[in-house]
Amino acid sequence: MRTLIGIVVIGIQVTLVLTLVGLREGIVNDQTSRARGVGADIMVRPPSSSVVSMSGGMPARVATRIDQQPHVKISTGVLQQGTDLFNYVTGLDLAQFNKLSGGFHFLSGGPFQHPDDVMIDGFYAHQHNYHVGDTITLLNKSWRVSGIYEPGMLTRVVVPLDTLQDLTANTGKVSMIYVKLDDPSKTDQVASQLRGVLKDYRIYSMEEFTSLFSVSNVPMLTGFIWVVIGLGVVVGFLAILLSMYTAVLERTREIGVLKALGASPGYILNILLREAVLLAIAGSILGILLSYVTRYVIHNLVPASLIQAIVPEWWPIAGAIAVAGALLGALYPGLKAARQDPIEALAYD
Amino acid sequence: MTSEPIIAIRGLRKTYHVGDVDVHALRGVDLDVQPGEFVSVVGPSGSGKSTLFHIVGGLTHPTSGTIQIAGRDLFGMSDAERTDLRKTTVGFVFQRYNLLPTLTARENIEIARDIARGNGPLPPEFLDVLKLLGIEGRLDHKPRALSGGEQQRVAIARAIVNHPAILLADEPTGNLDTENSNAVLALLRDLNTRLGQTILMITHNPEAASYGDRIVRMRDGHIE
Repeated sequence: MRTLIGIVVIGIQVTLVLTLVGLREGIVNDQTSRARGVGADIMVRPPSSSVVSMSGGMPARVATRIDQQPHVKISTGVLQQGTDLFNYVTGLDLAQFNKLSGGFHFLSGGPFQHPDDVMIDGFYAHQHNYHVGDTITLLNKSWRVSGIYEPGMLTRVVVPLDTLQDLTANTGKVSMIYVKLDDPSKTDQVASQLRGVLKDYRIYSMEEFTSLFSVSNVPMLTGFIWVVIGLGVVVGFLAILLSMYTAVLERTREIGVLKALGASPGYILNILLREAVLLAIAGSILGILLSYVTRYVIHNLVPASLIQAIVPEWWPIAGAIAVAGALLGALYPGLKAARQDPIEALAYD
Repeated sequence: MTSEPIIAIRGLRKTYHVGDVDVHALRGVDLDVQPGEFVSVVGPSGSGKSTLFHIVGGLTHPTSGTIQIAGRDLFGMSDAERTDLRKTTVGFVFQRYNLLPTLTARENIEIARDIARGNGPLPPEFLDVLKLLGIEGRLDHKPRALSGGEQQRVAIARAIVNHPAILLADEPTGNLDTENSNAVLALLRDLNTRLGQTILMITHNPEAASYGDRIVRMRDGHIE
């Protein structure tokens, strides 16, 4: 039972690390994939904006100047507003956006017909149990769900641009302008031109933009992950310390017998350290398996808010963290056992 | 010409410091044991026989006196040197068998070899000893599946697998019924006569003591 508890605690520690890292990778990958899913070649963002900041900040008429540039096929501005910790709503001109992106693929319902209509993606609908025709509240306003579209593009909630601009006091403004070219091979050339025309604006090719979606651009996330990893090591260390300390107490006589047979302190310590490593390895395997369970649970409960990827590159890292914590935790009980007086140990009951 | 004693003890003293009190467990013991001798040490509780056993076995160090085991001087040995002594020079048989419960009988014997020599499997020639002990068919069982007598015989096998100079048996029949006690004592006698194993056995049982070649009586830290 003691061994099983130790394995489970380490398993939970490893699961925690892999789940957090998986969430980090999953969220970043999902954002990258949905940005690419729009089908744009270039993105234009307001001056002083960052990749992760999605508020309004530039006049929509900037798109007119962009359209005048050679090789620009179409451009369209969108306004993005955060609705909760994980989600944004995007206001767009549906006709223009459809020309640029090729349009939404609907799972049910269709595009918005009225100013108060909203389109949501399949994950959002599943998470909140929404259906076409339902009335939902966003940004303190009621909206009618006109359609549910296939996930993989833009944000999970889309509304008419005019309505969102009025609602958020951003009349005439957009957060970003998507640009599609008639020849994608001209992306760098056009981007360079736009930087000359729209001084101070942030001009990104799609490749550049998606490459900036990294953990380092998400404030505090990396630090948070390392804090949790550190806590996990401490938990694993304490679990093994307790487990091995109890083991040493329970096996005092056995340790005395081994010493009577001529086992050196190093031999005794080696046995206990090996046992701790085996516990850590077993716990790591359990943790890896449980990370699939957490992914399944997250995907079924909150698919619109969180995406957890399975990150095999982190399996050996999480395992090494578990082993390191276990070795540290086994050291004190191991040394105690190694130094035990054999006569006292043999007399222990 | 008599051979050198395999155990040679002169003026052996052992004092334990228990709080502010000194306990004189051995008060000057002289004892010689010849190679191949089977010596029974008897005495009441507190006579010092267990302390003598622990010192001869290298489990603790003497306070003063001289003690030589198979030519090695124990006085002044470090813990590491006494640990080394226990690997191949001395074998122990305990009253409570002290087999490791998670290992089979075979593994319990092999671990003694592993500690001493780093070798695992039992050599084929040891099978004869196992047959002598009557446990060759019980080696794959764990201690909980063995009777008391079988466990003690496994313990004896473990004690002699490294061919120690001396076998130290501390009340080896203390936890056994009469039938098993006699069987174990007969085995020890057999090991002594057939294999020439030197045996020092502690017992409070006069009948068990009579299996030895010689009986040494202790009282109050002295040999009478």
